Amino acid sequence: MRQSNTYIIIFTLITTVFVGGTLAVTSILLGPRQALSIEYDTKSQILGAVMNITEKDDVLGIYDNRIKSLVVNYQGEEVKTDAKGQPLVAEKVDVAKNYKLKPEERLFPVFKYVSAEDPNKIDAFILPVYGNGLWDRIWGFMALDNQLETVKGISFGHKAETPGLGARISDDPIISQRYEGKKIYNEQGKLVSVDMVKGEKGEPLDAHHVDGMSGATMTGNGVNKMLMEYLNCYESYFKKVKAQNVAGL
Amino acid sequence: MSTEVAEKVEKKKSEELFSKRRKKLISDPLNEDNPITIQVLGICSALAITIKMEPTIIMGLAVIFTLVFSNLLISLIRNYIPNRIRIIVQLAVVALFVTLVSEFLKAFNYPMYKVLGAFVGLIITNCIVMGRLEAFAMGNKPYDSVLDGLGSGLGYSWIILAVAFFREFLGSGSILNYKVFAALNIPYVNNGLMVDSIGAFMILAIIIWIQRTKTGYVEQ
Repeated sequence: MRQSNTYIIIFTLITTVFVGGTLAVTSILLGPRQALSIEYDTKSQILGAVMNITEKDDVLGIYDNRIKSLVVNYQGEEVKTDAKGQPLVAEKVDVAKNYKLKPEERLFPVFKYVSAEDPNKIDAFILPVYGNGLWDRIWGFMALDNQLETVKGISFGHKAETPGLGARISDDPIISQRYEGKKIYNEQGKLVSVDMVKGEKGEPLDAHHVDGMSGATMTGNGVNKMLMEYLNCYESYFKKVKAQNVAGL
Repeated sequence: MSTEVAEKVEKKKSEELFSKRRKKLISDPLNEDNPITIQVLGICSALAITIKMEPTIIMGLAVIFTLVFSNLLISLIRNYIPNRIRIIVQLAVVALFVTLVSEFLKAFNYPMYKVLGAFVGLIITNCIVMGRLEAFAMGNKPYDSVLDGLGSGLGYSWIILAVAFFREFLGSGSILNYKVFAALNIPYVNNGLMVDSIGAFMILAIIIWIQRTKTGYVEQ
């Protein structure tokens, strides 16, 4: 009886319904909790560019009070709806997916970090960056001051850089600290980004260079390329903001 | 496979909760019949997730959970599974528990979910799990199967933990993310070989060497 085709088909059906049903119920029950985890993770990374987030911090609360977000296109114009006419949420814009498009077609989220006292005063602009490291993708959030010239802070993430070498971009706080105070424009007003040099000498460098990571030159090159590419993409937006600032004064 | 199934035949009516035979179900896989070092199963994940100890612990727990519960479920329905599709049924059961682990991890420990990523899903293809279902749970009672799953899971976990300990210590200079050398002010240059898969092979080989010397196990 146990070997008959009918028995096998019925057994398969019951197994499928049981397994499928259990997974469906779990997925529905855990769905909201997973969404919250992902939201928490994204928001901690964004805030990580301007402050040190510890586990005790009320990330979602700080985020609601201090971050105002918008989405811009390559021309620096604010985009309010997506292709289907749905309202765009900057936090939900998938930078990785946009990275596959041509720069002119991408959407670029901007997170404005506003002052705690005056919600209309912008302390920093936080911009997501994305690119390729040595082994796999790398990403980060770069915070610029309200003049859009000086780096206020930066946080990196990576998928598979070599632990102890390239992985230091996210593990070793010194790497991101080195970027603080660096300038992304040179004296002639040209966008030059901040470059990580080859080798780690510990010597002071000019305003557009940071010390390298010993043994991780390829990861460093990836970081440099990533920053340069995204700063270029955001440049039109920078110009618009500066024009508004001038007009406002 | 055959010896374990045969054991079942001559069993007394009521056996102690932890009889000698049952204790052996747990202790054998820890040493003499270790899934990694003796049976050489589950090597893939042993190489992939042992760079640091923290993800290794989570991975060990996930494998123990999967092994225990799939062994239990398969053992409960072992007399109803049609022989011709038993492997597919085993696979479905393993996939069920692995997906549950993955979903829970995503909900409650998202940073760890990002680190382990695909490797939790790959427990489905971990030869240890399917191996135990086919070799033990299909022919033994539920409680024995749970003990067997627990034993094999622990056997797997302690080996990958040992590998991870040496890889993290020598490769990143830390234990459970605590920078040991930096704390002791000892200058130490991290050994890049250890964070590579090659390091895992070397440590695993040394563990196998030591263990087989002690147990006298010889490959047939």
